[in-house]
Amino acid sequence: MVKLTINGQKVQAEEGTTILEAARENNIYIPSLCHHEEVTPYGACRLCLVEVTKNGRERLVASCLYEVAEGLKVKTDSERIATNRKMLMELLLARCPNNKAVQDLAHKLGVEKTSFKLDDDDCMLCALCIRVCQEVVGVSAISLVNRGVDRALATPFFEPSSVCIGCGSCAYVCPVDAIRFEDIGDTRHIYWPDNDMEFKLKKCKTCSRYWAPQAQLDYIIKKAGLAPDAFDNCPDCRD
Amino acid sequence: MVKQSNNRLNSVAAFEALRKSIIAKRNPSQTCLVVCGGTGCLALGAADVITAFKQEIEKGRLESKVSLRVTGCPGFCERGPLVVVKPENILYQQVRGEDAAEIVSATVKGSIVDRLLYVDPDTGKKTTYESDVPFYKKQKRLLLGNNSNIAPTLIEDYLAIGGYAALAKALSSMTPEAVIEEVKKAGLRGRGGGGFPTGTKWETCRNTEGDTRYIICNCDEGDPGAFMDRSLMEGNPHSVLEGMVIGAYAIGGHQGYIYVRNEYPLAVKNAHIAIEQAEKLGLLGKNILGSGFDFSVKISRGGGAFVCGESTALMASLEGKVGEPRAKYVHTSEKGLWEQPTNLNNVETWANVPLIIKNGADWYGKIGSQGSKGTKIFSLVGKINNTGLIEVPMGVALKDIIYGIGGGIPEGKKFKAVQTGGPSGGCIPESLLNLPVDFDELDKAGSMMGSGGMIIMDENTCMVDIAKYFVNFLEGESCGKCLPCREGLKRMSQILTDITEGRGKEGDIELLERLSATLIDTSLCALGSTAPNPVLTTLRYFRDEYEAHIKDKRCPAGVCKALVTYSIDEEKCPGCGLCVKACPSEAITDMGKKKPVVLDQEKCIKCGACYDVCKLGAIIRK
Ligand SMILES: Cc1cc2nc3c(=O)[nH]c(=O)nc-3n(C[C@H](O)[C@H](O)[C@H](O)COP(=O)(O)O)c2cc1C
Ligand code: SF4
Ligand code: FES
Ligand code: FES
Repeated sequence: MVKLTINGQKVQAEEGTTILEAARENNIYIPSLCHHEEVTPYGACRLCLVEVTKNGRERLVASCLYEVAEGLKVKTDSERIATNRKMLMELLLARCPNNKAVQDLAHKLGVEKTSFKLDDDDCMLCALCIRVCQEVVGVSAISLVNRGVDRALATPFFEPSSVCIGCGSCAYVCPVDAIRFEDIGDTRHIYWPDNDMEFKLKKCKTCSRYWAPQAQLDYIIKKAGLAPDAFDNCPDCRD
Repeated sequence: MVKQSNNRLNSVAAFEALRKSIIAKRNPSQTCLVVCGGTGCLALGAADVITAFKQEIEKGRLESKVSLRVTGCPGFCERGPLVVVKPENILYQQVRGEDAAEIVSATVKGSIVDRLLYVDPDTGKKTTYESDVPFYKKQKRLLLGNNSNIAPTLIEDYLAIGGYAALAKALSSMTPEAVIEEVKKAGLRGRGGGGFPTGTKWETCRNTEGDTRYIICNCDEGDPGAFMDRSLMEGNPHSVLEGMVIGAYAIGGHQGYIYVRNEYPLAVKNAHIAIEQAEKLGLLGKNILGSGFDFSVKISRGGGAFVCGESTALMASLEGKVGEPRAKYVHTSEKGLWEQPTNLNNVETWANVPLIIKNGADWYGKIGSQGSKGTKIFSLVGKINNTGLIEVPMGVALKDIIYGIGGGIPEGKKFKAVQTGGPSGGCIPESLLNLPVDFDELDKAGSMMGSGGMIIMDENTCMVDIAKYFVNFLEGESCGKCLPCREGLKRMSQILTDITEGRGKEGDIELLERLSATLIDTSLCALGSTAPNPVLTTLRYFRDEYEAHIKDKRCPAGVCKALVTYSIDEEKCPGCGLCVKACPSEAITDMGKKKPVVLDQEKCIKCGACYDVCKLGAIIRK
């Protein structure tokens, strides 16, 4: 265990944990968008920035990446942090002015309007979906393509992906609802910002309900070494 | 050829013996035609010159009298293709294939081809010897100077000028700690941009436990207009390699990489050849010079993204991943390539190491300024008479570089600013021409050393337009991972475009400043955090130009088309019709002799052709 202070409050944390994790353990709020405990931290949105003082030097760091250390002094709020967070929020709001989640967070951080020209994106390129697809699902069907301002989230070459199993985890995890999916009849549709795909759903042998993408079930059967008929019935009709 | 080429040298004594035998076979008064085969001279036709020399020598059966050496760039690209006759060091400039016969016959006779000598534009006098040319005279060419003394692909040439002696010295008489101490004492700072103390970095890496330690040479060089690392790697690859082996010995690393951009085929080729030659001689590989120390080097070719020059992105790219930076809360010297302690230095940093070890820290410490030791290579480009590569002691005044070496601004125009430090450097104004050029002074001026690009701008440059140019470059090169850099540069570019196109509004300057502060404070890597420099320095030194664009909708330099109008001063115009011919858009009509011409604003595309061609000042630009 290491001892540190956050906003003057004495805190203990496991070695190797990040400031963000330590703060959350202690109910100290730090805004964040691209962080999720299930996946590797990425450090892209920069909203989680905090001020640390170490060996007398003060600097701004991303708390989702910076690990706790003995004697570390952390401030999660200061004039400098607030000014920067507001500017980041203005940039985000200009990119996604019509996105509810972005508007809400902006409001929470005291930003009601942006000084910049308005675009109309939803995706803010936090790469949570990509990390979940890769690290949790184990598939890597989507990635960030192109560099810089042309960066976009998509399947390779914006074509239907041959490895995507249609599980929809990307849509679940997206903090700003930029990815959607819906099941219509026997088909699941997944809509990413720049392309979409369709998946056949499996019909339950007992109740005839379309309940999950065939590709996802095949993937689980293969990965877990289950019997080929393991998912013939939906969870409700299984004994 | 080296006789022992199949035998690896297994001791320092064997190495010394080889060097002596190479030197013994050389005749110092041998006449040698040195032709620059650098990229600049090749583009100007050096290949023809080389072929022609070969033919002339063969035709006259002069092989024993005159030898030919093709080298890397000595720096004076402006006047290429360059030929130097050794040992006298007679310099011929702008040589063409047709000149070869005359040069060869004059050389054999001991005379000089007068018409190919360089004329000093200030005195109008011809200079015979390389060292008398003002461009070279005011330099201190510790690194670049050797480019003319060796053929990059002949290790014997490098050995003959004392190459690998520093390595032999380190391995035979210094502990790794002593090598680090020497480099620290010399005050060497990284030439790749940040100016980080090299010895300290080596020490951290050495003191970090790991399964292994990696040594990397950064030859990514992505700044537009920069070619110093390229010229070192092309012209003297062994000096870089020698530095790396010494560093590896000091740090305790056994595997090295040279990360070089693919657009540098000659650098890649020469580095490959150098590695092969050094391995053959036992200067690289297992048991180097019988010391028991092992170190090998591989070449990794980069795809050419600017951001891949950044240390963590470079290492990701080396690992075969997407070249994107990561946070550096743990330094790469502790956790770098494949999570192992890794030491990355720039090409020029590595090339300085043999000098320090061979001549000692005390010698090195006498060169340069208080906080920045040694020399620095700059690429001098833009509105300057002598474009090329220069090497000067740190601390030399800007004006000595621009006027003394660079020969001033072409066409007698006025100097306006110099951009140092590459795209994310800053623009330094005329009032700071006395600034000593070193790491700390450039920082204080709001710019930086960067890797050593220097772009000179004259009075016809619009500083808002320049800021826009660099921001657009960086916007295109941002990896796009972090929000402030990606979105911030996009907005910065939009605001600057608006200002230059007459849509600037009150508050834009303040917004640029606020935005800059956030990029500096919150970007993930140094690309984003240094990207505001061009904007901030132009705001600091040329704020009035921004204000003129925004408030008066006027571009003082007459560059921003949307803000410029051309008209005819009827008093001055005699109707000569020169402008009528020059206008590509048929916007000017000849009204007959002695009558002023008429300019149609509707048709004018604001190219300025009429303005440039009118000698009577009858075109008004506002
Ligand atoms: C965007 C960016 C581009 C860079 N490009 C280069 C480069 O082309 N060559 C280089 O040596 N260093 C480059 N650097 C600096 C490196 O990250 C690193 O600091 C340097 O190679 C370390 O070597 P040194 O200590 O010898 O200077 C770049 C840094 C950034 C942020
Ligand atoms: S600062 Fe720019 S280049 Fe660096 S990580 Fe962020 S987006 Fe990429
Ligand atoms: S949550 Fe830390 S950078 Fe996004
Ligand atoms: S390339 Fe020949 S002098 Fe630079």
